[in-house]
Amino acid sequence: MNTAPILTVRNLKKSYGILDVLRDVSFDLHRGERLAILGPSGSGKSTCLRAINFLDPPTSGTITLEGELIGLHPNGKDHRSATRRKMTARELAPQRAEIGMVFQLFHLWPHLTARENVALQPRKVQRMSSSDANHLAEAMLKKVHLGHKLDEYPGRLSGGQQQRVAIARALAQKPKVLLFDEPTSALDPELVGEVLNVIQELADEGRSMVLVTHEIAFARRMADRVIFMDAGVIVEEGPAREVLANAKEPRLRKFLSTVSTQEAVQ
Amino acid sequence: MFSFYQTIAENWSDWWPRLSHAAWITIYVTALSFVVAFAIGLALEFMRTRSSVAIRLTAQIYILTLRGVPILVVLYLLYFALPGYGVIISALTAGVIGLGAVHGAFLAEVFRAGLRSVSPGQREAAQAVGLSPFQTFSLILFPQAIKIVLPPLLVGFISLLKDSAICALIAVPELMLAARAIMAETFLPMHVFVLVGVFYFGIAFPASLLVRALEKRLTRGSTNKSSLETGDILPVARLDGVGR
Repeated sequence: MNTAPILTVRNLKKSYGILDVLRDVSFDLHRGERLAILGPSGSGKSTCLRAINFLDPPTSGTITLEGELIGLHPNGKDHRSATRRKMTARELAPQRAEIGMVFQLFHLWPHLTARENVALQPRKVQRMSSSDANHLAEAMLKKVHLGHKLDEYPGRLSGGQQQRVAIARALAQKPKVLLFDEPTSALDPELVGEVLNVIQELADEGRSMVLVTHEIAFARRMADRVIFMDAGVIVEEGPAREVLANAKEPRLRKFLSTVSTQEAVQ
Repeated sequence: MFSFYQTIAENWSDWWPRLSHAAWITIYVTALSFVVAFAIGLALEFMRTRSSVAIRLTAQIYILTLRGVPILVVLYLLYFALPGYGVIISALTAGVIGLGAVHGAFLAEVFRAGLRSVSPGQREAAQAVGLSPFQTFSLILFPQAIKIVLPPLLVGFISLLKDSAICALIAVPELMLAARAIMAETFLPMHVFVLVGVFYFGIAFPASLLVRALEKRLTRGSTNKSSLETGDILPVARLDGVGR
C-alpha cells in the first residue's frame, strides 16, 4: 500500500443554503483497499459517497481517480476548485462509468430484465456487441449467485436478489472503485446476509471499495480501514479493528454502544 | 325521424364518396400532425431537463408562446402571412405544421408529468453507470414514462383530431370543409353535421381501443410489484393500473 492512492478526496465541502452537510472532508483510498464509512444519520456519509461520482456535486473540494480530476476541468492555473469549470453531464458520463455505485434502494430499471439491467452499460457505454454484453451480464449475475434469474424482471425478485443484480450491474462497468451506499439498509433482516456475503466475496477479490454502512460487525470483518463521520467532518479514522475495538472519540463510543445495543436486540 | 334517415339514404351515393375521401384526409392530417407534435413534445421536454439555461429557456418560451396562441392564428400565420416573406407552403403542410407545433407544446406537459412520475433514482442509476443524458432519457426514462402517459396521450390525440377541423378555414379538404360544401349545396345542415359527427366518432373510437390494447401490451411482462415498495415509481402511476 505504498503506491499512490487510487482515489483521493480533498477538502470536500457541501452545503445546501446555510446547511453545511460536509465540512472539509479529506481521505484516500488505496488500490485494493476496503474502506468503511460509519456515522449516525445526517452525518454526511452518504452525501460524501454521492459526491465522489458527482450525483451530489460538492460545493468545493476535489476528487481524483487514478490521478484524474473528477467532474471538474483540470485547466486553469488556480488549483482551488472554486475557480474550476464544472463538467457537463455528458462530459461526466465517461468518468462515472469508471465508478461503480450500489444504491440503498437498488434502483434497478423495472422495464428491463436482470440480464438487460446488467448488459445495458457494457453495450451502450463500453460499446460491446450484444452477445458479448450478454455473456458478461450472465457471468456477473452468476458471480452474485443469480445465474438462475437471468430473465426475471426486477419486480419478481426479492429485495436481496434485486440488490445483488444491482451489484452485478456495477461490476459489469469494470469499475476502478466500487461505492456502496448503505446497501443493506432497505432490506428485510433475513435478506441482509446474502447481500453481505456477495460484498464480502468482492472484498476478498481485492477490489477497491468504499462502503457506507450501519452494519458495524460487517464493517469490522470486511474493512481494512474505517472512517467515522459526525456532523459533516471525519471524527476518527484508522484500521478497522483498532478503531472499533477501542474508540477514543466519545461520539464514536456513543454511536457504537447505541448500534451494538440494537444489534443485540435483533 | 324516418324521413331523416331517408334523406341521408337518398343522398348517400353523392355524400359517401365525398365524406369518406375527406375523412381519410382528416385521418392523414391528424396522424401526421400527431407525429410532429410527439417529436416536438419530446424534444421540448428533453431540452427542459438540460443544464444549459439557454436551452431550457428556449423550450420554456416556445411552450408558453404556442400554448397561449389560438391554433387558428398559427395556421393563418403559416398559410397567409408566410407567403409574404417568400415561404409558400400548401394548406395541408401548413395544417400539419401548425397543429403539430401547438399540440407539441401540450404534449411536452404530458411528457413532463410522465417523466416526473419516474423516480429520481432511475435517473441517478443511469447517470452512475455512465449513460449520456440522451441515453438516460431514451433508454431509461422514456420507456417508463410512455406507459404512464398513454391515457393522456390518447386525450391529446383525440383533441388533435377535433382541432384538425380548424384546417377547413385554410381550405384543407378535410371532413369539415367537405361537410360545409355539401351543406351549401343541399341546405341540410342537420343531416350533414350529424353524419360528420358520426365520422369523427368513427375515427376517435377505434383509436381509443387501439391505445387500450397497446397499454395492455406494454404493461405485460414488466410487472413491477416491488417498484412501489422500493419507491421507484411514485404511487400516482398506480392510479391508471400501470404495473398491475
